[in-house]
Amino acid sequence: MNRFAELLDRLAYEPSRNNKLRLMIDYFRSTGDPERGWALAALTGALSFPHAKPSLIRSLIAERTDPVLFELSYDYVGDLSETIALMWPSVAPSPSSAPGFGKVQAADQELTLTRVVETLATLGKAQLPQQLARWLDALDETGRWALIKLVTGGFRVGVSARLAKAAVAALADKDVHDIEVIWPALAPPYGELFAWLEGRAERPASGDPASFRPPMLAHALDDADLAALKPEDFMAEWKWDGIRVQAVAGRLGTEPEDGKLVARLYSRTGEEISKSFPDLLDALRLPGAIDGELLIMRDGRVQSFNVLQQRLNRKTVTAKLMAEFPAHLRAYDLLADGAEDLRERPFAERRARLERFVARLSDERIDLSPLIAFRSWKELMAARKNPAAAGAGADAAAVEGVMLKDRVALYLPGRPKGLWWKWKRDPFIIDAVLMYAQRGHGKRSSYYSDYTFGVWTKGGQGDELVPVGKAYFGFTDEELLQIDRFVRRNTIERFGPVREVLHDPDRGLVLEVAFEGLQRSSRHKSGLAMRFPRINRLRWDKPPKEADRLDRLEALIQRIEQGHLQGQIA
Amino acid sequence: MVDRDYLSPVIRPEDILVRSPSGVCCELGGFHIDPTRPVERAVITHAHSDHARAGHGAVLATQETLDLMRLRYGEAFAGSTQALAYGESVSLAGAKITLHPAGHILGSAQVAVEADGLRVVASGDYKNAADPTCAPFELVGCDLFITEATFALPVFRHGDAHAEIEKLLHSLALFPERAHLVGAYSLGKAQRVIALLRQAGYDAPIYLHGAMEKITDYYISRGIALGESRLARGATKANLAGTITLGPPAALNDLWTRRFPDPVAAFASGWMRVRARARQQSVALPLVISDHADWDGLTSTVGATGAGEIWVTHGQEDALVHWCATRGLKARPLDIVGYGDEEEIGDTEVNQSEDGAAPSRADTHDQDGNGS
Repeated sequence: MNRFAELLDRLAYEPSRNNKLRLMIDYFRSTGDPERGWALAALTGALSFPHAKPSLIRSLIAERTDPVLFELSYDYVGDLSETIALMWPSVAPSPSSAPGFGKVQAADQELTLTRVVETLATLGKAQLPQQLARWLDALDETGRWALIKLVTGGFRVGVSARLAKAAVAALADKDVHDIEVIWPALAPPYGELFAWLEGRAERPASGDPASFRPPMLAHALDDADLAALKPEDFMAEWKWDGIRVQAVAGRLGTEPEDGKLVARLYSRTGEEISKSFPDLLDALRLPGAIDGELLIMRDGRVQSFNVLQQRLNRKTVTAKLMAEFPAHLRAYDLLADGAEDLRERPFAERRARLERFVARLSDERIDLSPLIAFRSWKELMAARKNPAAAGAGADAAAVEGVMLKDRVALYLPGRPKGLWWKWKRDPFIIDAVLMYAQRGHGKRSSYYSDYTFGVWTKGGQGDELVPVGKAYFGFTDEELLQIDRFVRRNTIERFGPVREVLHDPDRGLVLEVAFEGLQRSSRHKSGLAMRFPRINRLRWDKPPKEADRLDRLEALIQRIEQGHLQGQIA
Repeated sequence: MVDRDYLSPVIRPEDILVRSPSGVCCELGGFHIDPTRPVERAVITHAHSDHARAGHGAVLATQETLDLMRLRYGEAFAGSTQALAYGESVSLAGAKITLHPAGHILGSAQVAVEADGLRVVASGDYKNAADPTCAPFELVGCDLFITEATFALPVFRHGDAHAEIEKLLHSLALFPERAHLVGAYSLGKAQRVIALLRQAGYDAPIYLHGAMEKITDYYISRGIALGESRLARGATKANLAGTITLGPPAALNDLWTRRFPDPVAAFASGWMRVRARARQQSVALPLVISDHADWDGLTSTVGATGAGEIWVTHGQEDALVHWCATRGLKARPLDIVGYGDEEEIGDTEVNQSEDGAAPSRADTHDQDGNGS
């Protein structure tokens, strides 16, 4: 338990993804079976036992501590599990009060994660409090913290299931996709997985009839790239502003014809999201694997991303939610038809198979992403500028650019060069004034790298700035240094890690901010929230009074809501 | 304790020392202990800047404390000085002063004041955990004990400092291409961390922020084995890969760190026990190493002094006063303003002028002199 607790502890503090990976790889390498397997299960959320309620833990500590001291401590620490982990009375005297006794708590060396998990799996509810207390007695501060997090469910150490799988994959120089393919067939503590990765056994079979396939991704296209490409080599589709999904269905068992059909929906990163979209799952009635965009469709019209987000943010999926936000799949590729793998076929052929597949499905929840007819880049450019007139019609508000796909491209995982291109709509651009800067994290902790910016509006005493967004990327390293210097020299007030910087009509820094969309938000003073804002350019040349006004964003959001807005407004 | 002349008024412990606006004062002997403002006569427990201020008339302290004050404030830090070794006594108008090791940092002392058969001990800052850089804490029986309360909550149990050093060394082995920066208070903590690293067998040169150089050299001159140290400012970025550098806490997240290759920010402090505190400061490797007594240390010491009355100063007074009450001990908080907490990281920007990167006007203005 202690080694696992130490790992969790380091992961919780380490900001960098790469370093988190290395910490996990080190752990998986230096820890034996089945302990590391249970750790993998814990990190991927695959452990299942009835969780203890916080109130149970709280009553355990109440029996053991003075209530006044507990309240003072809780007040100070702020987190219940942590307070309890820290103030749980040591059974052995603390080393600092008894120097010379050496390392105490030999008992915890026997308490492994394996023992905890195996015991919890069979433990009756009535025995839980006593068992927990015994374990807490045997562990140190970090161990107790980890145990409480484990039994109450919820680590929050900033590790996704996918990252944990990537660490396991790295044990044998494999890709995370190699793990994901066989993952659904595996069960904790994953002995066969580690055996395969360490060359001691064959690769475990993927027993899953509806497994995820690593997706093919596109490169961003600049206008300049077009010169090197031939229009006749490519097919074009709209780039939909939804979420990329893979919808897979397959039959269980050895008799592919009559086995039970299993359907699953995956996100682009391979996380299974079936539970969030049962309405779409029902439509996957034929074995196959569709690559497409998940959208919300009302009255035959694709809704904007803002609307989709309202469904995504809900924890429980109710009938009302599904009726109000009907999920729809707009298909653009077919990776498997029945048991036949199509990924080695050229795109044009897969497209033809997809068209027949969707026709066979014949479900209103699944349709084809239409092709855009074009003969020259000039024609495509015009379509990108005005999708409504180029075939997207009423769905134009959900188009965020066009996709170009090489006719002969095979379906290759990752981001192969030159085969798929995304040519996004130009972003919206405004000039805003830097108001607050906050220190970054990890590598950026010595830099003021998170910027809150505002635009002008009429206030009580004339014009004032109202914050409209926050951005922490888009700038170059050199620009970061410049802004950092500006922030340090023009601080007017400090609030912990945040500095308010000079921002009056004549003095301050104007930031050209690019963003992908706007939506109304009651959480922001301006009533607006930007999608994907980033710093496009530093306008050292521009006095703050010439920055944009809130009215302009108001007008923009109205046009977006009316659904006839394309291209940039600047 | 001793027979008293029944005609003279009975003296109580609280008559030997009283609270004054400048700190604890012995009116009988005419001196203050760790006064927060300049006074005529001061007894100083240890050289941390919140306890040892410049500008007093006469200063009585251990030789090490006097030396360290001179190092920080210059020759003219006091009108006159008198050194007193642990266990030695001086008498001032009927008040006998004896210094005893406090185990906090090099030269740190508890001040025992005896008069009329009663003994009062002002502990200053103390810890009863092992520390290779200073004399171990000595328990002194007394009638009134003045204790610090920096970590006086039951959530603070500092554990074994060696285990924290192992954590640092494990991280160093895991990330050999990165620099490990350890924030540590410049006087005491930094040298203790170095000594602990040496005890753990780490024998590579240890790099230092310039603010720590003089004090570390002084520790070495007092015979404390700290091995080879170098200044970080003399090293190239590439040279700092795989090394350990100690710097003052406030430097940990600021401009100074940019000279290091992908630094791992560690911080050695008792506060690192609380996650929110570590996260607030973007610390990636918290090391629970404290020069203050933890909860168990405070309560066991308070009990072991045999004192019937406890005064509690700087820190979490409420919890310790409450604990005393549950044990039938008379206790009250002292509420002296001015004692800081050198284990805090603060949100201050450290002076960069010691090496490179000249501070901008705003940065200079921001400094509050964190005492390092």
